[in-house]
Parts: sequence; structure tokens; C-alpha cells
Amino acid sequence: MKPEVEVTIRGDSDVVAARQAGRSLAAELPFTSTELTFIATAISEVARNILQYAGTGTVWCRLVENGDRSGIEVEAVDRGPGIVDTEQALKPGFSTGGSLGLGLSGAKNLMDEFTLWSQVGEGTRVTMRKWARRSTLAERARELI
Amino acid sequence: MAVPILRQGDVLIASIQSAPTDEDLRLLQETLVERIGRYRTRGVVIDVTLMDVMDSYACRTLRSVGQMARLRGAETVLVGIQPDVAFSMVQLGLRMEGVHTALDLDAGLSLLRARLASRQRPSGGDGAPPHQ
Repeated sequence: MKPEVEVTIRGDSDVVAARQAGRSLAAELPFTSTELTFIATAISEVARNILQYAGTGTVWCRLVENGDRSGIEVEAVDRGPGIVDTEQALKPGFSTGGSLGLGLSGAKNLMDEFTLWSQVGEGTRVTMRKWARRSTLAERARELI
Repeated sequence: MAVPILRQGDVLIASIQSAPTDEDLRLLQETLVERIGRYRTRGVVIDVTLMDVMDSYACRTLRSVGQMARLRGAETVLVGIQPDVAFSMVQLGLRMEGVHTALDLDAGLSLLRARLASRQRPSGGDGAPPHQ
């Protein structure tokens, strides 16, 4: 099991690559197919945000543990212009780029945890997590015993 | 990978492959709008059965395909939205305005046939002239 994947976002095919990489990593955990689709869609939105506003950036997907829970963490980082008002950027329908304005707010709705950090002139970082119902490690340990 | 477009009478059928890039969707939009004129198409079916993700960009592009097709005198039916995709579209707040939807290709073609049969083609103004 590869615990982390890194996808550099430079073009629109990287958006597809990032969500496919994230989905296959998440498929290691007991997520339902609906949850896997949520994760892939959320990755697509944050990766597209990088492409649209910063041009380039990186998406990391990694498996994380918290107590007996396991989940996937997605980090989308760019060194683009940054977001002036992060609160406004998370409002459904708000967009400065001519899109539907549902990208970031939508990704937040699709995941369990969502943090947006941005500094004008420095860049933007989105960190989001979704938890699977049980820990696969605990499950595997039980299977071994 | 370009989206294959089939022609069946006055209907165009576009089958989107599993993971279209933005460029694929842009190309589909341009090609459809052009072919509607070339083949005097009255109906468009877009089959998204194989799409595993419908994000806000894809939704916006498909919606605008529907709107452009309508401006060119054709109706659009989107078919094959998968259950997981429908679920995540609702969660995202995405709506498919301006296009009809149907469960699958058969249902989509029936819907289109019924709508086209009941539609009165205007003889002037914003419709295509009867003889040219």
C-alpha cells in the first residue's frame, strides 16, 4: 500500500490524474462507492481551482489515522495570487473566475473536514479529509489474529 | 481523447468516455454546435454513463452545450448519470438546467422522439425556414 501520492497540476489532464490517484488510494480503505465518488469529485474541484487561479500547484493524497479511524487527507497547494476573502470564497455561488462558484464550497460539502488557508501574494492551501467507517489497520490486525 | 459523435437521422448521439479532460468537453461543445447546423439536427443525446465524476466544470460545460444546441434549434437530453454521480452532484449543488435528463440511451431517445413529434416547427422567425 502506497501511503501518499503526489500529482503536479499543470494542465487539465492533471486534474483527471489527481482525482484518479486519490480515488485509487482511498479505495484501500472501506469507503463506499458513493464516498469514493465524493472524494474524487472534491479532488477534481480543488485541483481545478489550482489550474484556474494559480496555473500550477500540487495535490497530495495520503492515508491518515486518528484513533481507530482511518481516512484520506487531500492537500492542494499553490503559490498563486491567493484569495482576498477566504470566507467569501467558500460561499456557494461566489466566483471571481466566471465559473459556477461551487468548487470550494462543493468540495467542503463532499468531505468531512475542510480547511482553507490563503495569503494574498503567497498562495493557497486547501486541506480536506474524509474518514472511512472503520480502521482498515485494526481490521487487518483482527484478521491476522 | 475526442468524444465520438454518432448520427442517427436527425439526432446526434455523443458518448462521453470515462474521464474527459476539459479540452475534450470544449471540443465536444464546438463539434456539436457545428454539426447541428451541418446535419440539420433537431435532437442531441449526450451519454454520460461512463463518467465516474461530474464536477462543476463538466456540469457547466454540458449545460452550455444544451443551451447552445437550443439556440441552434435542437433539444438536448443527458442520459446515464450514475447513482454515485447524481449523489455527488446534489451534494455539490449542481443543477442541469436547460437540458432534459433520462435514465439511459433508450429512454433518452424516446423522450426526444416524443418531444420532436409534438413540437411545431415555426415557419419563420427564430426557426429554420422550411425550404432553402
